[in-house]
Amino acid sequence: MSPNVAGGVAAAPPVLSNDEILRYSRHLIMPEVGMEGQVKLKKASVLMIGTGGLGAPLGLYLAAAGVGRIGIVDFDVVDMTNLQRQVIHGTKDIGRPKLDSAAERMTDINPYVQIDKYEVRLTSENALGILKDYDVVVDGTDNFPTRYLVNDACVLLGKPNAYGSIFRFEGQATVFGHDDGPCYRCLYPEPPPPGLVPSCAEGGVLGILPALVGSIQATETVKLILGKGATLSGRLILYDALNMKFRELKLRKNPDCPVCGPNRTIHELIDYEAFCGIPQAEPELAPGLSEWEIGPVELKEKLDRGENVYILDVREPHEFEICSIPDSHLIPLGDLPKRVNELDTAADIVAHCKSGMRSAKAVNFLKTAGFSKVKNLKGGILAWSDQVDPTVPKY
Amino acid sequence: MAKLVIPTPLRQYADKKDSVDVEASNVGEALEKLTSQYSDLRKHLFTDEGKLRSFVNVYMNDEDIRYLDREATKVGGGDVITIVPSIAGGGNHVT
Repeated sequence: MSPNVAGGVAAAPPVLSNDEILRYSRHLIMPEVGMEGQVKLKKASVLMIGTGGLGAPLGLYLAAAGVGRIGIVDFDVVDMTNLQRQVIHGTKDIGRPKLDSAAERMTDINPYVQIDKYEVRLTSENALGILKDYDVVVDGTDNFPTRYLVNDACVLLGKPNAYGSIFRFEGQATVFGHDDGPCYRCLYPEPPPPGLVPSCAEGGVLGILPALVGSIQATETVKLILGKGATLSGRLILYDALNMKFRELKLRKNPDCPVCGPNRTIHELIDYEAFCGIPQAEPELAPGLSEWEIGPVELKEKLDRGENVYILDVREPHEFEICSIPDSHLIPLGDLPKRVNELDTAADIVAHCKSGMRSAKAVNFLKTAGFSKVKNLKGGILAWSDQVDPTVPKY
Repeated sequence: MAKLVIPTPLRQYADKKDSVDVEASNVGEALEKLTSQYSDLRKHLFTDEGKLRSFVNVYMNDEDIRYLDREATKVGGGDVITIVPSIAGGGNHVT
């Protein structure tokens, strides 16, 4: 038995210590927050999905603002390419779990915040169990299956979702599922098929972009907790950093929405990988190489023997500027159909890109166009750097 | 003349343009003119049956055309048609 509740006295509401009052003084002197609002923040719990580009500013600001309990879901490890935008992690953290690095930084900013760490991939099996203990969910993931999973779980549990997503110079932000407002499926009933929309890893992202979009998510989260101001529910903010333009579009609740509409057909979490058209398991890669593939070492040997190989680089010109294989010819994948006549159907062609995905498409295209001696460089220029020429930088 | 705003992920299929001016009486006609000018855009906006893809939203000024007259939504001078595709990036994983 806890002595605090002995004798039927109700547990005292959480009160801020003198240290906390000093820490939050710039909030406390604003009537929109004040002591009442700051206590609401302390009593609140927020679940952040992902500590990547969007999660970095979110984690820093939610901790600084004094949100009492912050859950983090991430299973990734900090790597060098993250540091251009994921400012919650530092160079010293490379190789560490993002969860540990983020939690350490947030605790350093504000030791009064309790951090719950979930080092898991969010799945249909664990999502409801993790989300149910939080007041607000903030979606900072990077893929469509998780976006739909988080949406559906939030709708089923009645939790608001502070949403943000980014691509290159462009961001979107809104609040889904708040006060019976529209959800992600009202906006986009279905995801694009895999491969049609490039990811940040393929398309790149301005490092500062997630700072702004993540801060919008953090702002909305704090407003939801305080119950102050007008949230983004029912409005979609589009931000174009390149032209520095903000636009606001209306978001409506779709009466036919399969998860939040009156005749909803989704009552429990589904298989989101399948929903997004992603194969359940990666197809078993045959050991060794297919007849349409060549390894970097084998290619080097052919070149050293003086064999006449036409190396076709299907990356973009700005990638070619970063690094290239000597004597290669650049025709970006998108230009290949209209420039295919520059190639000799009888020539020995090896196509390559960064890691082998785009050049596989190029090889398929060339095969159907009647090229019979075309191969894909397995692993792309990254594998060439690993196995043949380490002076070629990886990016 | 209406302005058609092209989002970042689709600019690579439209000569890297962020917007184009089109003369059209309705949204469908504006999109038709856009995709005949930039044929690579067509498969990103329309299904093989010629229907707008479900992960591409089109806005007339600040309203979703699904809640107006869809492709038949009238377009006048000074109107802004915006294509808003689904993007999932969170700047997290690198593959």
